[in-house]
Amino acid sequence: MIFIGERVNAGFKDIKEAIINKDGDVIKEWTRKQADAKADYIDVNLGTASNKPEDLCWMIEMVQEEVDLPISIDNNKPVMLKEAVPVCKKPPLVNSTTADDKKMDELLPIVAEHNASIIGLVMDEAGSPNSADKRVENAGKIFAKIMEYGMSPDQLFLDPIVMPLKFMQDQAREILKGAAQFQLFSDPPCHIVCGLSNISNGTTHKKLINRVFAAMLIANGLDAVILDVMDEELVNTILTADLIMNKGIYADSYIEAFRK
Amino acid sequence: MELPDVKEKWTAQINQVTIGATKDQGGTRARTVTVGGQTTMPFLTFEGELPFKPVIAGYVADTPPGWPEVLINAIGKEINSPEEWAQKCVEEYGVDLISLKMVGADPAVKDASPADCARVVEDVLKAVDVPLIIWGCGDDEKDNHVLPECSQAAKGENCLIGSAKESNYMTIVAICKADKHKIISEAPVDINIGKQVNILLQDAGFDLKDVVMFQTTAALGYGFDYVYTILERARIAGLKGDKLMASPQICDVGGEVWRIKEAVVDEDVLTGWGKLEKRGPMWEAVCAGVYLQAGADILIMAHPEAIKNIQMTIDQFLKGGKE
Repeated sequence: MIFIGERVNAGFKDIKEAIINKDGDVIKEWTRKQADAKADYIDVNLGTASNKPEDLCWMIEMVQEEVDLPISIDNNKPVMLKEAVPVCKKPPLVNSTTADDKKMDELLPIVAEHNASIIGLVMDEAGSPNSADKRVENAGKIFAKIMEYGMSPDQLFLDPIVMPLKFMQDQAREILKGAAQFQLFSDPPCHIVCGLSNISNGTTHKKLINRVFAAMLIANGLDAVILDVMDEELVNTILTADLIMNKGIYADSYIEAFRK
Repeated sequence: MELPDVKEKWTAQINQVTIGATKDQGGTRARTVTVGGQTTMPFLTFEGELPFKPVIAGYVADTPPGWPEVLINAIGKEINSPEEWAQKCVEEYGVDLISLKMVGADPAVKDASPADCARVVEDVLKAVDVPLIIWGCGDDEKDNHVLPECSQAAKGENCLIGSAKESNYMTIVAICKADKHKIISEAPVDINIGKQVNILLQDAGFDLKDVVMFQTTAALGYGFDYVYTILERARIAGLKGDKLMASPQICDVGGEVWRIKEAVVDEDVLTGWGKLEKRGPMWEAVCAGVYLQAGADILIMAHPEAIKNIQMTIDQFLKGGKE
């Protein structure tokens, strides 16, 4: 499982203030905490704190001063990415494009040039998909496009678009069905990723819902996840689901070994 | 039409383990042996890096094992002296290192004392200048006394010591840390226990980069395919990034093959199976050759003909079959 730590995000008040005040220590602290919790990527999101490329680059630099993990750049504006991608010491994950041709043609040249990866949200100009079929159709468009740019399937992370259980209860099944079909595009398949916490928006039992849905998604091919990597029970659930899917070799101390 | 690229892309590398220490490194060996470091499956030279070729360790024991005459005669009178046997392995058979097993320490064999075993280690170290693998007798309780003395006798020589199991790993970790040796982690044809033993070694503060994995070994016809599958699966896991399974692997081919009926009894009993003189070494060579393809890095071998055959096999495989 590829863990993408979500915490360096200006949606959180402390990060937003840190960006405005250029307080690198806060960024570094959350970076370190997530790295210690075994994040594979650190997601960096400028949110509404700024729209200046130099602020995004500054965040990336702060993260890279603390750890040598790759960055997930949570931004889809070419003007920002043109500056931010070259700052990354390791090929980053660009988060994200939609299946909109115009958007893809703007972003993919930057991604391909730097041997980076990209998250493909399976939505298009018309908005979010509401069926498995629409998800697969959009995924197919993105897949074909990255091939045109000479990228390999492992540079693509397809996101089936997780929707809130509480408000769109019919969608979870469509998401699972869609994700299962993304795996059929190629062998080896592209990655399947999601922003997990959307499923539990507005609910009371957020953590439980996140855990259960993570396990169900893993059974349908999920191999990367944007999450609160410090949610120990969630990570344990994911580790276990991965073993149940025979993605790794079981050992009695598999949980402890992961945290070593 | 352009053919699609079907090469596997692995993300990780098998650990590189060096055995033996030269004078500069605090030992007395003339050379060291390094295994591991691969970034692809065995012999797929077109797909990744295979920086070190698999090596053969000559089987030597403090006391001649209960082997068939065919093998004892092939080795000759030197089998009665561990030093001479080791010398013959190095000088005549051209093995890369020596695997020294304390067969005689077994309470059911000679119950040789830990001090006797340590003396054998010293003698063999003097007799040859290649790196050494040191095994106890396989009886945990006895080995807990034998291995510390053997380890100390070889202090600083950077030997590979066997073996750490779920039941006795603490002693081995302690002596290998104190005397600067590497460890063989052993599991009974069980990949899950294999991984668990490595976790235990890591928890005990031993660096997994100094570990070689041993899934016991089976002779052809006696669970061979189980061991093959485990070696292969462990290697794939290691190449995919499972750090707990990224250790090089060792097989005791000689030790296993020469115990089974097919390598012990001649035509008079196994009618139609061909002369044992030919069949025995062939059985050993076949097992060794196939384990190489599963992901074995160190093969412990006994019969000179089998050793010769596998040396050629390794060279041929690395040339991609081209002469």
